[in-house]
Amino acid sequence: MNTLMDAACIVGIGQTAVCRKPGSGLSQMALQLKAVAAALEDAGLTARDIDGIMPFPNLGRAEAFAASLGCENLRFAATLNLGGAAPVAALRVAAMAVATGSANHVLVPGGWNGYSGARTREIAATDSESIPGAAIARDYYLPYGLSAPPQWYALMAQRHMQEYGTRSEQLGAVAIAMRRHAQLNPDALMHGKPMTMDDYLDSPMISAPYRLLDCCLETDGAAAFIVTSTERARDLRGRAVSIMGAASGQPYPADDIFNRKDFHRIGLTTAAPEAFAMAGVTPAEVDFAQIYDCFTFEVIQQIEEAGFCRRGEGGAFVENGGIELGGRLPVNTHGGLLSQAHLLGLGHVVEAVRQLRGEAGERQVKNAQIGVVTGWGDFGDGSIAILCRGEQR
Amino acid sequence: MTRPLPAMTGLTAQFYEWCSRGELRFQRCSRCATFRHVPRDLCAECGSFDWEWARSSGNGTVFTYTIVARALHPGFADAVPYAAAVIELAEGVRILGNIVDCPPGELRIGMPVRVDFERQSDAVTLPVFRRALTT
Repeated sequence: MNTLMDAACIVGIGQTAVCRKPGSGLSQMALQLKAVAAALEDAGLTARDIDGIMPFPNLGRAEAFAASLGCENLRFAATLNLGGAAPVAALRVAAMAVATGSANHVLVPGGWNGYSGARTREIAATDSESIPGAAIARDYYLPYGLSAPPQWYALMAQRHMQEYGTRSEQLGAVAIAMRRHAQLNPDALMHGKPMTMDDYLDSPMISAPYRLLDCCLETDGAAAFIVTSTERARDLRGRAVSIMGAASGQPYPADDIFNRKDFHRIGLTTAAPEAFAMAGVTPAEVDFAQIYDCFTFEVIQQIEEAGFCRRGEGGAFVENGGIELGGRLPVNTHGGLLSQAHLLGLGHVVEAVRQLRGEAGERQVKNAQIGVVTGWGDFGDGSIAILCRGEQR
Repeated sequence: MTRPLPAMTGLTAQFYEWCSRGELRFQRCSRCATFRHVPRDLCAECGSFDWEWARSSGNGTVFTYTIVARALHPGFADAVPYAAAVIELAEGVRILGNIVDCPPGELRIGMPVRVDFERQSDAVTLPVFRRALTT
């Protein structure tokens, strides 16, 4: 049987500094190119080696990246319309490309002026091409006062709370875990700014059940990674991290949140079993997970749908340090979107690679061998990759 | 700033034109009689392209909701706090709408509601929902 298991590796990662005020001072393209330069340096590759590019939706075309960098032999370019699920979904598509010889080295960049430039809530309300469901949102959500992700997703969280008894304190436990991890990451925006449960509960309501501290940061910053075949990776200087399994999926229907027969089914519901089967491991064997944390409940939901616990048990799973370092499944060891920075999900990939290389410093998961990274986008699109230390299995 | 309104084109224009006449109607498949919302060109259940605008009873229950406390769009700055709820109608389809005449603290999942209409402009009337005493 054909499989992508261990066919490809992540051989280079790069990330810029992150900030809010006064902003990066760079164009979004320049910001991304800085991250790309760092990833090339990390991999020991030059831009001439890159022959595949997978830009993030609406953040630049492959042609522009290639021309700026000097990629004279671009032969594979693709953008996946999965919003924040795109970078992790790109791991699978990039693996397909390098495994089939369609490209040798695939670059996945992503970055934005998410604080100093246009805010997500403005884009979602005004650009009917911004995401696949945007026209439906314009005609059937926006006139009723739901214009932005925390409002759409609040409806998903509220239903889960009703059906399974998930509580606000459990949402708070997610926010607090990310904040604790950020205290161990000098590059996190919330480094030096600890948070208590009282801080969480006292933060102003945005769209119930979501409070301010349920919401991710809006930040400027960029990251990038490079995927290469396992065969070629052996010749490179970077410590390769192997892609054991990867998959993406969509809820049904993907472009309308409310008319789903199974209201809690998200992209990850089908993607996770596919990825774990490919990898030949179970969720119990995973040492850490970097889970796309746009809002707190989405972490609980993804923990459930990825199979780390049963549906409805995610609230209890995240309590009492369950997803903190030292707990049963450390989640977002860098601080995540909630407390490190919003790097569109690429930061989660970068952190997973750092953990598996043993380069995570104070926040290193001891003896980390297998890690999971997920993405979430649009109205619940999902992606997941199961990664492991290269050449040590 | 005025509230954003739907783009009155295609099937969406037809949906809201029925609302302007005080009727909540959804597409119903002419072959398998399945209701659907949001409007689509064919029935995802049976594949039929044949359908009609069939009148809804207007009765439903709150499936889930949020109370928006901070406006994230300037058109709703004066409206907060307001309730937006997903209503599951008797016909099986779900639709987003605002709940009016119900204090946010009293809103509950499962609460029976009934459709009403609020005119927004010469062209657009939106469905809203009011608490119903019985389903």
